[in-house]
Amino acid sequence: MITFERVTKRYDKRNRPALQDISLDIQPGEFVFLVGASGSGKSTFLRLILREERATTGRVIVSGRDVGRLSRWKVPQLRRGMGAVFQDFRLLQSKTVYQNVAFTLQVLGRKNAQIERAVPEVLDLVGLADKMQRYPHQLSGGEQQRVAIARAFVNRPPLLLADEPTGNLDPATSVGIMKLLDRINRVGTTVLMATHDAAIVDQMRKRVVELDAGQMIRDEARGVYGQDHQP
Amino acid sequence: MKLRFILSETFQGLRRNLTMTFAVIITVAVSLTLFGAGLLVRAQVDSMKDYWYDRVEVSIFLCGASSSVPACSLGAVTPEVRGQIEQELNALRPLVQEIYYESKEEAYQRFLEQFKDSPVTQNVTPDALPESFRVKLSDPTKYEVIAAAFEGRPGVEQVQDQRQLLDRFFRLLNGLQVIALSVAVAMLVVTALLVVNTIRVAAHARRREVGIMRLVGASNFMIRMPFLLEAAVSAAIGGLIAVAAIVAAKVFLIDEVLAPSYQFTAFVSWDQIIVILPIIFFTGIVIAMIAAGLTLRRYLKV
Repeated sequence: MITFERVTKRYDKRNRPALQDISLDIQPGEFVFLVGASGSGKSTFLRLILREERATTGRVIVSGRDVGRLSRWKVPQLRRGMGAVFQDFRLLQSKTVYQNVAFTLQVLGRKNAQIERAVPEVLDLVGLADKMQRYPHQLSGGEQQRVAIARAFVNRPPLLLADEPTGNLDPATSVGIMKLLDRINRVGTTVLMATHDAAIVDQMRKRVVELDAGQMIRDEARGVYGQDHQP
Repeated sequence: MKLRFILSETFQGLRRNLTMTFAVIITVAVSLTLFGAGLLVRAQVDSMKDYWYDRVEVSIFLCGASSSVPACSLGAVTPEVRGQIEQELNALRPLVQEIYYESKEEAYQRFLEQFKDSPVTQNVTPDALPESFRVKLSDPTKYEVIAAAFEGRPGVEQVQDQRQLLDRFFRLLNGLQVIALSVAVAMLVVTALLVVNTIRVAAHARRREVGIMRLVGASNFMIRMPFLLEAAVSAAIGGLIAVAAIVAAKVFLIDEVLAPSYQFTAFVSWDQIIVILPIIFFTGIVIAMIAAGLTLRRYLKV
């Protein structure tokens, strides 16, 4: 699904690289945690996959496509194959829950009939079927993040990227979000989640990739957040 | 579906930026009206040239008894010299198309006719007016040939090209046209800058939407088209106002006021106006879309 081949990313020449010589393989259907302190390179890692940034050296390959070499007009096509969720939800405040989710399909030029079928379906999946006509400010943080997940997933992309999706949420709400991501993963979607929420990582027992100052220091199947947390 | 989404985004954008939209419409309307006015003056000059150059003549005034130029040192022109001049004119065919001899008496009658309301006629006798050859050229621009042949020739007092009299007038009109077009160009630059700013404001106002559109993989076309259409719609409305202004100028100014008062000359025809209208209409749209397109390249990178 995702392959990093000796990827280094430098934002400028003087400072240390944001990512240094990262090589890694993520198989389709995997659930991977990307952990590390702030500034360890997690966000850069995701931005390289989204082609918000390009690797300075090395190759990032997503679904067989060399992301760095992709011509600019093919980037939208790449992004249609992945959903993305962020700590700050990034919902449109002037649109209802339904409209926020439908927006994804509208900008992709989908037919109305398809939108009217797909949106309630995915809102049902995230458990917000009864709140379709609410506006984001009428929802709790957890509910807003569910809307964001619905929007990212409504197009059924094979890959879901999540950058600190529980960063703004209390632990109980976070558990609900994690259950939802786990459910999405179980239907075959590859999930890559950057986080520094140790409790969640320890609980899920999924593959853990740890970054520290731009270097990959750990890649464990069924890992935990850090040595201190090992049971 | 795609189209409807783009259009609804476009009109939302226009509504949200109502003041800027109006500013663009007005500047487009004013600059295009001036641009049209410039083109109108040019068309006017063209049609007057067509009309007058067919009618202008070169006048060769012959020496009278009181002429003082050196070529007239022998006194009034004799019938023999006059005959020689006519022969020489005939030799210049086909450039010389028509030759008409105007005697002192005819010149006097024409003078009386032209100044019939003026007291000046009382002091003028037929003898005071020069006899002349009126020459029509097949190519009015080749006046120099006639001038070279007859200027200073014994018996010829003066060679006068009516075209030069007209040209002074045309130069005035051309000056007006240059002024109108220069102001129009300046206004079009202002329009372009205004469009750049409008798009920048619109892109900023919609940065969250745009960010999400990019994230979910909307094509550049989908992201940029509403902005481009916003610029195009404003420019088209401004262009329609300018078109209406030009049509109104033709109907109310030229046809109703100028043409009845100045019947001796031709004015711009609808044929010429029909050519001008699409030019000004599309100039506005093209300039607005280019300005918008360049702004978007700068502000909405993938």
